[in-house]
Amino acid sequence: MASTNILKIEKLAFERNDALLFEPVSLELNPGEALHIEGENGAGKTTFFQILINLLEPSGGSIHFRGQKFGDCRYEYLSDVLFIGHQSAVKGDLSVEENLRWMSPADTSSEEITSALRSVGLEHHANMPCFRLSAGQQRRVALARLMTTSASLWYLDEPFAALDKQGVEFIEDRMQSHLDQGGAIVFSSHQDLVKTTTRSYRLNPCRELV
Amino acid sequence: MYNYLSGGFLAYLNRDLLLGIRNKSDLIKPLIFFLLVSALVPLAIAPEADRLAQLAPGIIWIFAVLATLLSVERLFSDDLQDGSLEQMLISPNLLILPILGKITAHWLMIGLPLALLSPVIGVWLSLPSVAFVPMMLSLAIGTAVLSLIGAVGAALTLPRQGGVLLALLVMPLYMPVLIFGSATIQSAVDGLTWTAPLAILAAFLAIAIALCPLAINVSLRLAKNG
Repeated sequence: MASTNILKIEKLAFERNDALLFEPVSLELNPGEALHIEGENGAGKTTFFQILINLLEPSGGSIHFRGQKFGDCRYEYLSDVLFIGHQSAVKGDLSVEENLRWMSPADTSSEEITSALRSVGLEHHANMPCFRLSAGQQRRVALARLMTTSASLWYLDEPFAALDKQGVEFIEDRMQSHLDQGGAIVFSSHQDLVKTTTRSYRLNPCRELV
Repeated sequence: MYNYLSGGFLAYLNRDLLLGIRNKSDLIKPLIFFLLVSALVPLAIAPEADRLAQLAPGIIWIFAVLATLLSVERLFSDDLQDGSLEQMLISPNLLILPILGKITAHWLMIGLPLALLSPVIGVWLSLPSVAFVPMMLSLAIGTAVLSLIGAVGAALTLPRQGGVLLALLVMPLYMPVLIFGSATIQSAVDGLTWTAPLAILAAFLAIAIALCPLAINVSLRLAKNG
């Protein structure tokens, strides 16, 4: 029963300056589900993602991936996770195509790269260095990774920031098709999704001293 | 199973070389510094061949150390800023290979060109030509050690970009390399066996390759955690 969920978080807490940043988080995520992390500015959404991808150590609680404790399946977990953060890891000096190639699995063919660029509307800019692109276009380069990845668990921190309407719509379509294929998504955003049904979880600020 | 960023040595080596080539001014700065400062030495000290040749081994090595120090501080800070360091840290594979890939790229762009350029400076400083081959070898091996140690300093001083703290941290560790590097050239000038100090440099390199990536791995995680 426990292994049907892809991610199970129990009483996850994070301490900063001797206070909990948010109220301890407990939640479960099943295949095909999208979880919308909500919270005010400074509520700890980005910190929460950094704990999920093991960049920060939680000060309490546990993370289980497909029924296994995180510590026992670090490799399996991290190879099945795609994380796109605030900072999109796009290198300004590399071209659009080079950026995407570098961020995609090693066995990605050049047809797949081209089709990924076409679907985010950047096929005519493939050889342009990324520093010439607008903020929204750079975001599209980062999000083109959604087309080439084989990971089943997506963590998207503010994926829609700087995107235009069309871009948002497109990313939503891609998220929906990922969910239909049995993937799962945790994302944070200040806007609600139109096309996809999501569960939401609110990070509440916590004033309690430890 | 593969995932993005492919986690390999070659992936990071290629990417950093490509970035270096796109950003030529950053690449050339340490080399120009190396050449310009060396060109000033005969003017500042007397242009007498005997006196210059005496000082040359030490001077060349001091400039090589400074040129490496200048360039190493940005090794990780750019990656931290644009988020690619984050992506590197969450790769499921061992971090050691990407780290070594980045350092190798740094050496190929700084240390190796320095070693290849050094005969020019040797001529300027009237270094006897018997010492050219030992000089190039000692620089090629020694700058690799300098890149490795410098990378530890660069990782420790994150999220700030190196600066004075970096110099203070790595200078003591650069000293043995400086001593045996210039000793290699000096021995060749004096007609002694120069392979002994060179072998010690190579031993430093072996130790640095084994230990530095481990230290860098830990300090990069700390930088993200802190």
